Amino acid sequence: MSFSGLSKVISNEKTGPQQFLIVLHSPELTKQAKPGQFVHVRVNGLSDPLLRRPISLHEIDYASGNVSLLYQVVGKGTELLSGVPAGAEVDVMGPLGNGFWIPEGVKRVLVVGGGIGNAPLLPLVKELKDRGVEQTVLLGGRTVDYVAGLEGFKSVGVTVETATDDGSLGRKGFVTQLAEDIFTLDKPDYFFACGPEPMLKQLIITADKYGISGQVSLEERMGCAVGACLACVCKIKVKTDEAGWDYKKVCVDGPVFEASEVVFDV
Amino acid sequence: MSNLEINLGGLKMKNPVTTASGTFGFGPEYAPYIDLNQLGAIVVKGTTLEPRKGNATPRIAETPSGILNCIGLQNPGVDYFIEKSLPYLKEYDTPVIVNISGNSVEDYAEITRRLSQADGVGALEVNISCPNVKQGGMVFGTSCTAAADVIRVVREYTTLPLIAKLSPNVTNIVEIAQAVVEAGADALALINTLLGMTIDIHKRKPVLGNIMGGLSGPAIRPVAVRMVWQVAQAVDKPILGMGGIMNADDAIEFILAGATAVAVGTANFVNPRATMDVLEGIKQYMEKYGVNDINDLVGAAWK
Repeated sequence: MSFSGLSKVISNEKTGPQQFLIVLHSPELTKQAKPGQFVHVRVNGLSDPLLRRPISLHEIDYASGNVSLLYQVVGKGTELLSGVPAGAEVDVMGPLGNGFWIPEGVKRVLVVGGGIGNAPLLPLVKELKDRGVEQTVLLGGRTVDYVAGLEGFKSVGVTVETATDDGSLGRKGFVTQLAEDIFTLDKPDYFFACGPEPMLKQLIITADKYGISGQVSLEERMGCAVGACLACVCKIKVKTDEAGWDYKKVCVDGPVFEASEVVFDV
Repeated sequence: MSNLEINLGGLKMKNPVTTASGTFGFGPEYAPYIDLNQLGAIVVKGTTLEPRKGNATPRIAETPSGILNCIGLQNPGVDYFIEKSLPYLKEYDTPVIVNISGNSVEDYAEITRRLSQADGVGALEVNISCPNVKQGGMVFGTSCTAAADVIRVVREYTTLPLIAKLSPNVTNIVEIAQAVVEAGADALALINTLLGMTIDIHKRKPVLGNIMGGLSGPAIRPVAVRMVWQVAQAVDKPILGMGGIMNADDAIEFILAGATAVAVGTANFVNPRATMDVLEGIKQYMEKYGVNDINDLVGAAWK
């Protein structure tokens, strides 16, 4: 059963422009957590902002009972969260969502992240490493400052390549172009991705061209995070449906979906 | 032990605390967080005759102390509800109130017929107030004649307690309330969401996929309390009050204004145990002020 309650803030530090890393001590939550899941955070006890904020798990430390969230300040809620000091308590629900799953027999994978979408990929990369799955990690961002969590990925000891829009780090261009090179040169069995929608869309098209399947983690404006309010839906292919798709809930049916099943609006 | 039992238009509830339709799914969503047996009733997600996909995203936007939603009645349809959701809900010792919506009076009639034959439905909440669908919904609830027509037809098809859910997007809610009571409603639920919108100033476009949406949360509570106050004094039927109830104090305010029962909606998203906190707080309030029967508080602010 998901945890819901107060968790102690161990630290909450700036890690880049508008980017913070908060570490929470929450043993009940942590012991159930797996890569790709998220927590629903109440940033204060007031009615404005009213809703919780869904934020993915960036690190899961089973030994200490800590989880960390790497987040971008984009509005009032995350702004308030960035001001919560160490030692304070925040109200969190989680772990929520399905998380990534590693299909049987997968030996070599490509992990692709863009911007703050890199965040949920770190625990996955660690798990892939533990399971002895060979991997290449591609991380992108607008500039060097926006390649979220880069040092953490490097410290896992896997191959990490980068791309930035302005060329301030790694290849100048999109991370999807790096991905295409890898699909051509060194065809992986499978891929995992999280990032902005245009990136995911392009990646899925490219991967499909090379016959490579994978999983993507999606985001959508969320209400309850437990599947009740039907706010955070996305279009997923459904064979039995007349239109060929139906709305699925990002919070409980996802946030991770099979890449080939996602329908993007043009 | 003080009495918390109430009667909502023929539906006996062990306490006055229920859930606002559309904020509580079909029940199991919140079962990991609260004991559904403790609720006075469960009001499920709006159900229509046919399955509906609902509106395009974004479906939710936050505003000061409130949220706008434009879900658009996404639901699997009444037959699916009867086959798949009702059996789960019947396991609980809590009456189920099914919220129903239709495109036409005929739709309302047919859905009522099917639900009345099903086992395990405690009452029907007739939604004539959804702001997020093109046909039906609020179209019925903003005209006295149309609202009364729906209730009159539904009444013919069921002996279940009928709760008419009213829209606040009207000039005079009392007239609508009187019209639906005349047509056969056993109780009134108010309020549904207030029609609103918000614009992204950077994109220079409305935030919501459906442009407009229904406002809920504490931002609307004073409007809801006012409407309960007015309707309670004008009609002789019990009221299920709702609109921004976040805690027991808010719920008691509704009861004092004239609500016999209260529904917790948006608060569930913020605090999955909100219904239980409300119930506990009502008990504490009664103890503090030596109130023996919750019914003594109904409308106490004007009686």
